[in-house]
Amino acid sequence: MRWPPAALSSAEAASGTDGSAVLLEGIELRKSFGPTLALDGAGLRLRAGEVVAVMGPSGSGKSTLLHCLAGILRPDSGRVTYRGTELTGLPDSSLSRLRRTEFGFVFQFGQLVPELTCLENVALPLRLAGVRRKDAENRATEWLARVEVGDVAGKRPGETSGGQEQRVAVARALVSGPKVVFADEPTGALDSLNGERVMRLLVDASKETNVGVLLVTHEPRVAAYSDREVVVRDGISREVELAG
Amino acid sequence: MSIGHTLLGLLEAGPRHGYDLKRAYDERFGHDKPLHYGQVYSTLSRLLRDGLVEVDGVETGDGPDRKRYAITSIGVTDVEGWLATPEKPEPYLQNTLYAKVVLAMLSGRRAEMVLDTQRAAHLRVMRQLTHRKSKGDLADQLICDHALFHLEADLRWLELTASRLGQLAEEVRA
Ligand SMILES: Nc1ncnc2c1ncn2[C@@H]1O[C@H](COP(=O)(O)OP(=O)(O)OP(=O)(O)O)[C@@H](O)[C@H]1O
Ligand SMILES: [Mg+2]
Repeated sequence: MRWPPAALSSAEAASGTDGSAVLLEGIELRKSFGPTLALDGAGLRLRAGEVVAVMGPSGSGKSTLLHCLAGILRPDSGRVTYRGTELTGLPDSSLSRLRRTEFGFVFQFGQLVPELTCLENVALPLRLAGVRRKDAENRATEWLARVEVGDVAGKRPGETSGGQEQRVAVARALVSGPKVVFADEPTGALDSLNGERVMRLLVDASKETNVGVLLVTHEPRVAAYSDREVVVRDGISREVELAG
Repeated sequence: MSIGHTLLGLLEAGPRHGYDLKRAYDERFGHDKPLHYGQVYSTLSRLLRDGLVEVDGVETGDGPDRKRYAITSIGVTDVEGWLATPEKPEPYLQNTLYAKVVLAMLSGRRAEMVLDTQRAAHLRVMRQLTHRKSKGDLADQLICDHALFHLEADLRWLELTASRLGQLAEEVRA
């Protein structure tokens, strides 16, 4: 075969995300757990419609950064701003409402409620937002079909394969139309083909509905679905600028 | 692999004779492909001509090995630039990448810089392949996958190297 395979034209390669509004921004974030300094001045900026990969060694602070940006953890110092509102100043109740209405989450595993069926799991964010059962379940059914796991609607998560479960999780993260999806190793437990499916779903959501996706991954092939990457080392984030 | 840059990098630790330099190179980077004396001296004379090294002292007697070479400040800048420039992503880069990581550590620079820069260069190509795969037919997908897995292997190896840096740093300084 040819090596390297033919490059794209510059028009094809252009990401097209420049100039979009900044959705989420973390500045100078510090966070300690007892004696462990997990974040030491990390920051990150995410725009609408953009997929940003967060990479770096194990224990470097990637998940902590994601949790601070998502309002799951409160940083010791620094600021997190979501569409102009500073999260660090909000009470817990507003933070959890924000997470429910504006954010979606996909983790490596164990995020679905085991007692509920897959359909009920996907409908859950809508139910919590006050949508009537019938409507919520109709929309959940549409989403399950869209991520190509309509056939597991009536099963509980424990009765599905890992790849199916992760697609259900993506449907649940996207069903309520979030502005930002936080994905921490979403493909970590999947084989290559299922990992690729999950990434396509996230990227398509980002490009079609302008969702910002923050993707923590240690897999370069998964990071290759992003528009750019941020590297975290020792609690400090950095973006590499290449010339040319 | 760029022998000139590697020899320059080794000279950053201090001036050496050509023979010494060859030995240091072979030990660290030339396991299966030691340098010929001819290569060492022709490289050194090119570096000398370009002002990247200078003769630091000459012992009595003749032959090129009487000369001791030292890196110049232009030479240091040259090594610096080389380390900061990612290699073109293609298979079987490990010799060059390994040399860069080792030389960065030997000279007290941050080896992670080499890794992060190379990751950025690799990911740039991997993004193009991923994009092309999403638009292409099955044959296109298979070809791109092959390339993607090979590029990923480079990066995984680099990441493993990075997480072993502490250990490696001790070994190269020993
Ligand atoms: N709840 C916690 N309590 C105590 N220490 C924590 C907690 N969460 C994280 N840490 C510590 O903070 C540091 C950063 O952890 P973090 O989970 O952010 O790393 P990471 O980059 O996500 O690693 P990995 O790639 O292994 O998931 C680590 O030293 C970790 O042990
Ligand atoms: Mg983590």
